Amino acid sequence: MTSSVSIRDLSLNFGAVNVLQNLNIEIEDGEFLVLLGSSGCGKSTLLNCIAGLLDISKGQIFIKGKNVTWEEPKDRGIGMVFQSYALYPQMTVEKNLSFGLRVARVPKPEIEKRIARAAEILQIQPLLKRKPAELSGGQRQRVAIGRALVRDVDVFLFDEPLSNLDAKLRSELRVEIKRLHHALKNTMIYVTHDQIEALTLADRIAIMKNGVIQQLDDPTTIYNAPRSLFVAGFIGSPSMNFLRGELVERNGKVVFATDGVTFSLEGYAAAEKLEAGRKVVLGLRPEHIGVNEPAAANAEVHDAVVDIEEPMGADNLLWIKHAGHTMSVRINGARRFAPGAPIKLVFDMSVASLFDATTELRI
Amino acid sequence: MPEVLAVNQLDAGTAATRTMSGPSGAKPRRVVSPRNIMLYGTLFVVAAYYMLPLYVMIVTSLKGMPEIRLGNIFSPPMEITFEPWVKAWSSACTGLNCDGLSRGFWNSVRIAVPSVIISIAIASVNGYALANWSFKGAQLFFTILIFGAFVPYQVMLYPIVIMLRSIGLYGSLTGLILVHSVFGMPILTLLFRNYFTSLPQELFKAARVDGAGFWGIYFKIMLPMSLPIFVVAMILQVTGIWNDFLFGVVYTTPDLYPMTVQLNNIVNSVQGVKEYNVNMAATILTALVPLTVYFVSGRLFVRGIAAGAVKG
Repeated sequence: MTSSVSIRDLSLNFGAVNVLQNLNIEIEDGEFLVLLGSSGCGKSTLLNCIAGLLDISKGQIFIKGKNVTWEEPKDRGIGMVFQSYALYPQMTVEKNLSFGLRVARVPKPEIEKRIARAAEILQIQPLLKRKPAELSGGQRQRVAIGRALVRDVDVFLFDEPLSNLDAKLRSELRVEIKRLHHALKNTMIYVTHDQIEALTLADRIAIMKNGVIQQLDDPTTIYNAPRSLFVAGFIGSPSMNFLRGELVERNGKVVFATDGVTFSLEGYAAAEKLEAGRKVVLGLRPEHIGVNEPAAANAEVHDAVVDIEEPMGADNLLWIKHAGHTMSVRINGARRFAPGAPIKLVFDMSVASLFDATTELRI
Repeated sequence: MPEVLAVNQLDAGTAATRTMSGPSGAKPRRVVSPRNIMLYGTLFVVAAYYMLPLYVMIVTSLKGMPEIRLGNIFSPPMEITFEPWVKAWSSACTGLNCDGLSRGFWNSVRIAVPSVIISIAIASVNGYALANWSFKGAQLFFTILIFGAFVPYQVMLYPIVIMLRSIGLYGSLTGLILVHSVFGMPILTLLFRNYFTSLPQELFKAARVDGAGFWGIYFKIMLPMSLPIFVVAMILQVTGIWNDFLFGVVYTTPDLYPMTVQLNNIVNSVQGVKEYNVNMAATILTALVPLTVYFVSGRLFVRGIAAGAVKG
């Protein structure tokens, strides 16, 4: 696998404000990378830098092994899809698709061939003669993707392409983008603030905050082994349960203690690194907590009370009162509990996460 | 026709059945109500107030001098004559020239057309560059340009005379065209910059990714979306330059006086009798161009050309 896009020591400041700080990313050929973060984290800015729409302050960008740091956007071999679609309103769909090719003086038969191919892939043949104003949001975004497609580029850049669509259309187009990626096998860089889009589409996710990449990993690793408290809290809905506490020694073993209860840390991956006296945060995903289930011999079982339940169809979300704090637990939608019902929680510590309370990094 | 009738009847039928369930159609209103009397009364009075001078001008311009001397300025002409209009256009005297306002009209056309085209062409590119291409010093350039809009004309009057004289354009139409183009620049640039800033930036980015350059984006993407602002700029410039008096009288010679200056000279001539009918006709003739511009291009004042590019 060769590296398709390579970002080295990239920084960007506007005056005294550091928008992006020392980013290093190697994106492999055919990889689907998602830049994920809340608004203002610099993810769209980074994408604009890769596209060449913003000049960077420091560092280098390579695409297909070529240093494109100071190249014009058109010479970088990229196609871009925007959140607002950015279709030229005065041109028909066909002219929209061919605009870039006409600017580049591609011969007419070739233009027609490429438009026909893109229209077929995206199923927009009946729309070719229409103006953007006559299209629905989903159709417009298809045309916008087509505009990147006809340019026959190595790298596709998506800037929150689904954010302007309604929920149903969004999930439809999400699947279509994934299908498109499987069919074309292009490198794709995709900016979003929607973690579902990120988890479903990505080969790897880069989670950003304040212009810094917090974690760059495949979705499974990001979900199961978040590197920091921020990543753990950002990914997952409802959010991971965090218990602030301390490591103490009990019967010769290090255990986690908070609000008068203790959790044995048996089965935790980095158990040998733990020493008593350290302030830590224990992170437990709502679906990793069992309710009234048969427990394994060394599992941690605690008494708790149901505060309220939120049935969501397939799942049922329980809000639990447990030793002075509230936790969310996700169980099968068929299992219902009345508020106030006493239950037994079963914790599986092998899938838990421990973070240092001061550095907020995973232990 | 019978088919239409049938359709109407059908509609009426369904509507009738629908009314069974509750009220339908427009809420009935009284035409004569205190509110309406106040509203339309006020509108009528204000309209009359503004229309009256125009009415006096038109009737006076159609009367002969003996009738005017009777002093009934509101009475309609007893004998309609177009003699004053012909005289105002082709034989009224200003100084040594006795060929009426026609000379001034053509001078004004020769001043206004190039000035409008040049100033709008340059200002639109200025505005586009300032809005979309953030070049080094753009902010400073913009600030200086806007400052130019607040400098009183009188301050610049004499320095410009010296400048025009030293480049040999003093007293020529070219010199006046240059002055008009320069003075239109700050406000027009501001106008275009604000308009181009309001267009979605992503369109500009998309065009750059598609490989279009500075002029390619300007002509192929921006211009087709900018008809409304070009119409606004044209109205501003045509009326502004046409109505200009100060620059016209200072920077040209009597042969090249624009229409406004000539109008003044006709109306204010001190020798002979005051020909009120000719003066009225001359004034209406001079005002005709800005009036036409308002009426014709007002229709072109279409909005929302860029709608459809973003969100639906």
